[in-house]
Amino acid sequence: MRRWLMLVPLAAFLGMAWFLYKGLYLDPTELPSAMIDKPFPAFSLPAVEGDKVLTEADLKGKPALVNVWATWCISCRVEHPMLTKLAEQGVVIYGVNYKDVNADAKKWLKEFHNPYLLDINDADGSLGLNLGVYGAPETFLIDSQGIIRHKFVGVIDETVWREQLAGKYQALVDEAKP
Amino acid sequence: MKRWLAAVVFGLTLTGVAHAAIDTYEFANDAERERFRELTKELRCPKCQNQDIADSNAPIATDLRREIFRMLGEGKDNQQILDFMVARYGDFVLYKPALTSKTAVLWFGPLALLVGGMVVIGVIVGRRRRTEQTEGSDTLSVEERKRLDTLLDKTKDD
Repeated sequence: MRRWLMLVPLAAFLGMAWFLYKGLYLDPTELPSAMIDKPFPAFSLPAVEGDKVLTEADLKGKPALVNVWATWCISCRVEHPMLTKLAEQGVVIYGVNYKDVNADAKKWLKEFHNPYLLDINDADGSLGLNLGVYGAPETFLIDSQGIIRHKFVGVIDETVWREQLAGKYQALVDEAKP
Repeated sequence: MKRWLAAVVFGLTLTGVAHAAIDTYEFANDAERERFRELTKELRCPKCQNQDIADSNAPIATDLRREIFRMLGEGKDNQQILDFMVARYGDFVLYKPALTSKTAVLWFGPLALLVGGMVVIGVIVGRRRRTEQTEGSDTLSVEERKRLDTLLDKTKDD
């Protein structure tokens, strides 16, 4: 009678084990962004190079990656060649130079390569704060309307691009086409 | 003795300096200082997780403290400041998460487990009591008594 009741502890155990197993592969430092599907925050900041003042309107028009970087960020240096490669492939990348010394940033871009179509100089981190940035490098995927659609925290390498971001970027590009 | 006293006095001045380094904000009044303390205790540092932003030395925590100080100066109330943080960093930054459909499991999960456990225990106890009553296990039938007596007698003989 009620044989199936015997299976309840086993089922509970299996459920628990499944969750714990999944938990092994979760990265607790990766926070879901609160900014998804929200417009890119308004800003008015100088460019890293030149005297131009940039605003959020400058980021509209094309789907793009918005990469938050700094010269003090060691992982950004690791990430840099990949961004350069992507830029050469025609991926639109905007930079947010986060809490950096402008002279250092300029030197970096000259020494390595500048993959950024536009580079925003966020010296005091106010834009970073409005974006919910908590550590560089962070990369936002925005659509042609300037809406944030995805956020990736950490270094973009070949694998990350191929498995996580390329598809999403392509989808935004396709979406932008009439 | 004089030397020793000088050392103590010097030590005391050092503690004063250490305190000042933490508390660099000039508050308009004590109530504001208290609210700053409360808010920085209630918000979690997004970078160095499991530390509140009052406790953390991470640059992002410094920025958030400065931002809270600025908003206090602007006369924003606690809820507005917490909303500002949640809008940017999500529910994660609150040590005391708001009750939404997403966080309901956090709030009611333990209670549900407790109630579930009590129900299970209740069912088990109830069932055991019922079987005891129907089988009347504490009184022996005539046959059982006879058998028990023979068994006991046997052991006595040995």
